[in-house]
Amino acid sequence: MYIIDRRLNAGGKSLPNRQRFLRRAKALVQRAVADKAAARGITDIDSAAEVAIPRNGIGEPRLRRASAGGFRDYVLPGNKKFLEGDTLERPPPGAGRGSEAGEGEGEDDFRFVLTRDEFLELFLDDLDLPNLAKRRVLSDESFGMRRAGYAVTGSPANLALTRTIRNSLARRVAMKRPSAAELNRLEDEIAGLAAGLPETAPEIAELRERLERLNRRTRRIPYIDPIDLRYRRFEPVPRPVTQAVMFCLMDVSGSMTEHMKDLAKRFYMLLYVFLKHRYRRVDIVFVRHTHEAKEVDEETFFNSPETGGTLVSSALLEMKRIVGERYSPSNWNIYAAQASDGDNSASDRGACTALLRDSILPVCQHFAYLEVGADDEGPRIGFAPHATTLWQTYEALAQAGSDIAMRKVNHRSEIYPVFRDLFRRRGPPIAQSAL
Amino acid sequence: MRRKTDSGLLFEGSDWDFGTIQRIYDAVEDVALSELKLDVYPNQIEVITAEQMLDAYASTGMPLLYRHWSFGKHFAAHDAVYRKGFMGLAYEIVINSNPCVSYIMEGNTATMQTLVIAHAAFGHNHFFKNNHLFRQWTDADGILDYLAFAKAYVARCEERYGQAAVERLLDAAHALMSHGVHRYPRKKRPDLRSEERRERERHLHQEQTYNDLWKTIPGKRRGQSQKPDADRLRSLLELPQENLLYFLEKTAPRLKPWQREILRLVRHIGQYFYPQRQTKVMNEGCATYCHYAIMTSLHNNGRISDGSFLEFLQSHTNVVRQPEFDDPHYGNINPYALGFAMMRDIERVCRHPTDEDRIWFPDIAGYGDSLAVLRDVWANYRDESFILQFLSPRLMREWRMFHLVDDPEEKTLRVGAIHNDQGYRRVRQSLARHHDMAWLDPDIQVVDVDLAGDRRLELHHNVLHGVLLQKDDVDQVLQHLADLWGYGVVLKEIDPTGAILREHSARARAPFS
Repeated sequence: MYIIDRRLNAGGKSLPNRQRFLRRAKALVQRAVADKAAARGITDIDSAAEVAIPRNGIGEPRLRRASAGGFRDYVLPGNKKFLEGDTLERPPPGAGRGSEAGEGEGEDDFRFVLTRDEFLELFLDDLDLPNLAKRRVLSDESFGMRRAGYAVTGSPANLALTRTIRNSLARRVAMKRPSAAELNRLEDEIAGLAAGLPETAPEIAELRERLERLNRRTRRIPYIDPIDLRYRRFEPVPRPVTQAVMFCLMDVSGSMTEHMKDLAKRFYMLLYVFLKHRYRRVDIVFVRHTHEAKEVDEETFFNSPETGGTLVSSALLEMKRIVGERYSPSNWNIYAAQASDGDNSASDRGACTALLRDSILPVCQHFAYLEVGADDEGPRIGFAPHATTLWQTYEALAQAGSDIAMRKVNHRSEIYPVFRDLFRRRGPPIAQSAL
Repeated sequence: MRRKTDSGLLFEGSDWDFGTIQRIYDAVEDVALSELKLDVYPNQIEVITAEQMLDAYASTGMPLLYRHWSFGKHFAAHDAVYRKGFMGLAYEIVINSNPCVSYIMEGNTATMQTLVIAHAAFGHNHFFKNNHLFRQWTDADGILDYLAFAKAYVARCEERYGQAAVERLLDAAHALMSHGVHRYPRKKRPDLRSEERRERERHLHQEQTYNDLWKTIPGKRRGQSQKPDADRLRSLLELPQENLLYFLEKTAPRLKPWQREILRLVRHIGQYFYPQRQTKVMNEGCATYCHYAIMTSLHNNGRISDGSFLEFLQSHTNVVRQPEFDDPHYGNINPYALGFAMMRDIERVCRHPTDEDRIWFPDIAGYGDSLAVLRDVWANYRDESFILQFLSPRLMREWRMFHLVDDPEEKTLRVGAIHNDQGYRRVRQSLARHHDMAWLDPDIQVVDVDLAGDRRLELHHNVLHGVLLQKDDVDQVLQHLADLWGYGVVLKEIDPTGAILREHSARARAPFS
């Protein structure tokens, strides 16, 4: 009998099959993921999720008997009062007889749990960060080990057996250590002679002496000497770490309602999850502004009320300052998303344009402007679409060739489509290794 | 050889280590071999984690299997249910191989490990090694090697012909897997020597019985030779043929050799599981009976404590629980419960028979050595014949079994038979039939190929009791079948009077070639 401990075997034996299953059911799963994402609130998107997909999409058909119709009989335990010939009302169809449990694959959906990574992979599938002239830095915080030749010292676990034995063999050959075969041959020869000759014959004595000499030599020259030992050497190498910073700019003046802030928040969450999925390290900077801008923490950013006028250029100026101080564009991928209801004082227009065109856009990987509207504000029939001040400003910039993405959102359900639209993969996919 | 730890408790508390497992194994082995006289393959016991158990579930309990999305789907389903806590995992999985591999979970207590070793490494192991179905249809020595070969072969094909092509082929093969088993040993092709001997004998016979008179009988006219030709072609194709995968592997005109090989792999694996499907009650009954006997013996000899024994009894009782039909938990007849109850009943009949038993089981009533009888039963029966032979009136009364008939001609359900003198045989016969694979699987055969015309393949489903095939499934399976065959396929559902109840057909849309 053998007892084998398999617990240390690499887990995830089913992983390739699971991946195949996900790939096969991809269209279905993706629809389920989108539904799930819409239903569950953006804040906890960054976790595992149970999804359900229709069974018929991934069925495994078999030739089997129908679960209804025809003559059937059952043998059941637990008779209490029936006698032969008693009759019973048929249970209404669909009441589900126990005996048919074997065919219980009803119309239920097929439910299973996606891990956080799988969920995000599907959720963010075919989205990509635009304009990726990726900037990378060798940050000092991540090191990996890499094989780097052999060393004469090391821990036993790293002993390089082949190399050690090779050295030992070379040394044994060079030092003329007698081989086991040679010794055996000599012993056989002695035994052969001893059978035919008296014990004291000079031939035997001579052979004995030679054997003794060889044995002494064998003892003096070890099979493996510390000098033969070689260990695999490992060297720490810095791993490139791509890092990104995300600027969240938001207008918090009185005209922004809670609904608008909620829309903005959802958009930021998506962007955060997305960046987090693509970059190992993501910093977030929250900048809110009225007629003056301030860097704040998340809590204050979304929640604390503020009153005042609206001066967008103040936020842009603040962002420029922070970039200059902390996030050098050569080391960081910079993303900015601005949310506003579109109000801006008319006098600020020139300053905004200049700031964006000259200092912000050149250092940003991507600048998205999200104009949030009231819930009931649909496209009004008969009215020309009204463009806000800020929209006009940015539109002029975009038309002049600057890279700025603009969308308008009124309702919560539009966030995800708009987000997908902004980040849809356009070019050929970017190699994952760059991440 | 007596071991030094031959008495005293095997373990205390619930913790165990590998030394404990070894002690437990030795003690269990001692009881199994000397008291129960079991005959087992050498054992290999592997300790695994819960996650690895889920992995094993997904690949139908096999330690290694080729890759396919459907296994991933099962894994996902089990995983979801397990995480929610709706389902506990099995304590063990045992593989019919030589050496016999048993997986035991690391989370089991020492008592549970004892139970599991007795159950799997001895009960199931004995059954695998001795039951005639396993001996005839499975090759315990070769199965692990064969699975390794299958896995590597499928992987090579994927590399060479693309994952998509192989996946589509496996989908098609899996759809037909339930109809890819041989139920009877096939006719052996005669070798040259026996052919010669037969020829000599026939010649001799003709010489001995030669009579000039036969020459005067007019011979067949030429035109009549048409029909025998068609018969001859059918017999060349080995028609009718119920093993659809075998038929396709051998005769589908457009398949490539690697595609035939993969069909063969799927067929072999299906065949390997066929005995297990036929012996569920007996297999589990045997293992349960053995673990019960072994645990009781260990307790009597003071090798396990009273506490451990109670823990064992608790999980044993859960395993052999049979809810009654009106219980919300009723699922079906529990094979563990039925097998265990019947085997205990055989033991009773052998040792303390009643007059009734002497009438019903004259062969074994009062025989005395119940274990010899049981070993013979384990070796020579399958579920259907086992129930038909050994379900006793007393057990039917104990379980209060009754037979319920659902006839579409009648307005109501009818109780066909109950546990009384008039009913015993009918109840027993129906229950046996519910464990007969030939009765449960639809009878589908390839009957003809239109070789002179459009090569359309004709299949018949011999409908039993008016139960037709599940419509949407049939259409999908037929599509797979047509793609494998490369030409059209028609499936006729025929009732015993010869009337065609329903006809399905499919054309090859994307034939494999």
